[in-house]
Amino acid sequence: MSEQALDTPAHEFELDRNGFWASSLVQLTLARCRLFFREPEAIFWIFVFPILLAFGLGIAFRNQPPEIPRIGVVGANLAKALGTGKNLSVETVDRAAGELALQTGRIQLLAISTPNGVIYRYDDTNPDARIARLVTDRRLQTSGGRPEPVKTINDFVRERGSRYIDFVVPGLLGMNLMGSAIWGVGLAIVDFRQKKLLKRLVASPMRRWQYLASFVLSRLLMLPVEVVVFLAFAVFVFGVPLRGSIWQLAILCVAASLSFNALGLLTACRARTIEAASGLMNLVMMPMWILSGIFFSADRFPDAVQPLIRALPLTAVIDALRANMLQGTGFAELHWQLAIMAAWFVIPFFIALRLFRWR
Amino acid sequence: MSSSNHALPLSIRGLRKAYGDVVAVDGLDLEAYPGECFGLLGPNGAGKTTSIEICEGLTQPDSGTVELLGLTWKKSSAELRERIGIQLQETQFPEKLTVEEIVQLFRSFYRRGLSVGKIIETVQLTEKKSSRAGGLSGGQKQRLAMACALVGDPELLFLDEPTTGLDPQARRHLWDLVEDLKKAGRTIILTTHYMDEAERLCDRVAVMDHGRIIALGTPRELIATIGAEQIVEFAVDGVGADLEPEALQNLEGVRHSRLDDGRYQLSVAELHRSVPELFDELARRRIKLTELRTHSATLEDVFVSLTGRNLRDE
Repeated sequence: MSEQALDTPAHEFELDRNGFWASSLVQLTLARCRLFFREPEAIFWIFVFPILLAFGLGIAFRNQPPEIPRIGVVGANLAKALGTGKNLSVETVDRAAGELALQTGRIQLLAISTPNGVIYRYDDTNPDARIARLVTDRRLQTSGGRPEPVKTINDFVRERGSRYIDFVVPGLLGMNLMGSAIWGVGLAIVDFRQKKLLKRLVASPMRRWQYLASFVLSRLLMLPVEVVVFLAFAVFVFGVPLRGSIWQLAILCVAASLSFNALGLLTACRARTIEAASGLMNLVMMPMWILSGIFFSADRFPDAVQPLIRALPLTAVIDALRANMLQGTGFAELHWQLAIMAAWFVIPFFIALRLFRWR
Repeated sequence: MSSSNHALPLSIRGLRKAYGDVVAVDGLDLEAYPGECFGLLGPNGAGKTTSIEICEGLTQPDSGTVELLGLTWKKSSAELRERIGIQLQETQFPEKLTVEEIVQLFRSFYRRGLSVGKIIETVQLTEKKSSRAGGLSGGQKQRLAMACALVGDPELLFLDEPTTGLDPQARRHLWDLVEDLKKAGRTIILTTHYMDEAERLCDRVAVMDHGRIIALGTPRELIATIGAEQIVEFAVDGVGADLEPEALQNLEGVRHSRLDDGRYQLSVAELHRSVPELFDELARRRIKLTELRTHSATLEDVFVSLTGRNLRDE
């Protein structure tokens, strides 16, 4: 490096301009990411809240272990004959205590040994009590020497993917992709507009499309963190299956995020205040929260409105995510959903670009 | 390129802009010369901000033409954005970004310009470069806005009310900064409703009222137009109903007299002749003087003599 180059002001001029980091698109995207990560509330709503929600729903709708019938037995010999096994909980009691336990539901059946045989006292309208009667009687007869004429084998089926938590995780993922994109893009834009920063930006040589693109880029950068953390939680804690191709799942998430970003841009393209924008965003998202099948299947709505519901972006996203994760469906069978997502990206983005209020 | 080098930094012809029934700018003609600091002075609502935002290409005029550096917004908006610097009246920068990050961001929009460190040094925020914008004082925020206007090393700089809302010390600090920029040869267009600011910073001033220019010239020339170098202000005991301001006009050296809110104001050429005359007159009328003040005529007095109103009335 020559001495002269160090002394000329030109050196000063060129210093910042070179390189990737000095490009305006990178700087705009960087600013977006910084503003996002310096806002603790945003981090809670986007990263922590969905996990808490999934955890709560997972606990509430968890599959219970099989119930073991509890019975009381009057008579030591009878108790010995029934023995203790994993399918039956046997308690030796006297008659009075046994009656009390039966009345309060602590046991489902009271077996009383009499010289004429065994009396079962139980409520025959209660399914649990009937199961207790069957299990108790079978064990008693077998221990009494009754042979089993037909040999049977138990093959338990507890299929992953058919539980409520499996159903709701793709729904929550779709809801989260929608919420983070629309809130993240919408509120940030209106905040800038309110602070007259948009006006200040267009007073500089900044290219306007780069400003809008920086939102999309920053959302895409955060997407892996958001999706991976949530899915990892669902897979490792609840054993939710990922049966489809992982890279197709990734593309689905990106496509979903893109279309919700565009919708966020459109929602915020005119609003001057945070209040107005919040109202508008709720108005846009509310129908989808209800109709798009986050917590229950969208099939429950009448046939007449089904075409409308299927055309909503969140319905397309959730249907595609469920098909990928639970049934392992490939893109070949998800044309319709992908087309809807693409339409919801392209059309709102260009309308937003046209209507956008820069001051 | 060569033609635009010799062009005037700013040339406005017949500018007009109305918002509904309200005419904000009513036929404005202006020129600014290379290297000068040109001030648009007037009360709030005079049309200063609308005028400057039309010049900045942020507002469309209803009619009239604007040329900056020999270029028009219609044909050369991309080039103009690179060559001018703008500070708007009420920009709030993102509170959670640091000074350095904000300047770096704005720097990235320009093809050429100063280094981030150099700009921050120019506006004297080096010690604050890692502080978030939300934690800056009013004066520091205003200097940050100035930094963002300077990043592209502009030939022409627009400053809209740069010191409004600042405490006196912060104002003086900003004035020093503007003076340094003037010395560096930049053309500066600024709006203000502070007389002292215009007098101190501007080479030439256009006084605006109701969307029109009512006076144009150097501060010294404008002050000379009221034909007086000194202003005498006084108040008298009682309502002073029997002392008409017109009666004082006959005193020696008094060019103009008015009564405003119980205070008399005389524009005089020479204090040492007019003040004794005033004392004699009051003594003759047995009126007791309760307050007397004199000062050199300012742009404020120019505005008062042109409109009959004080600048801060609105």
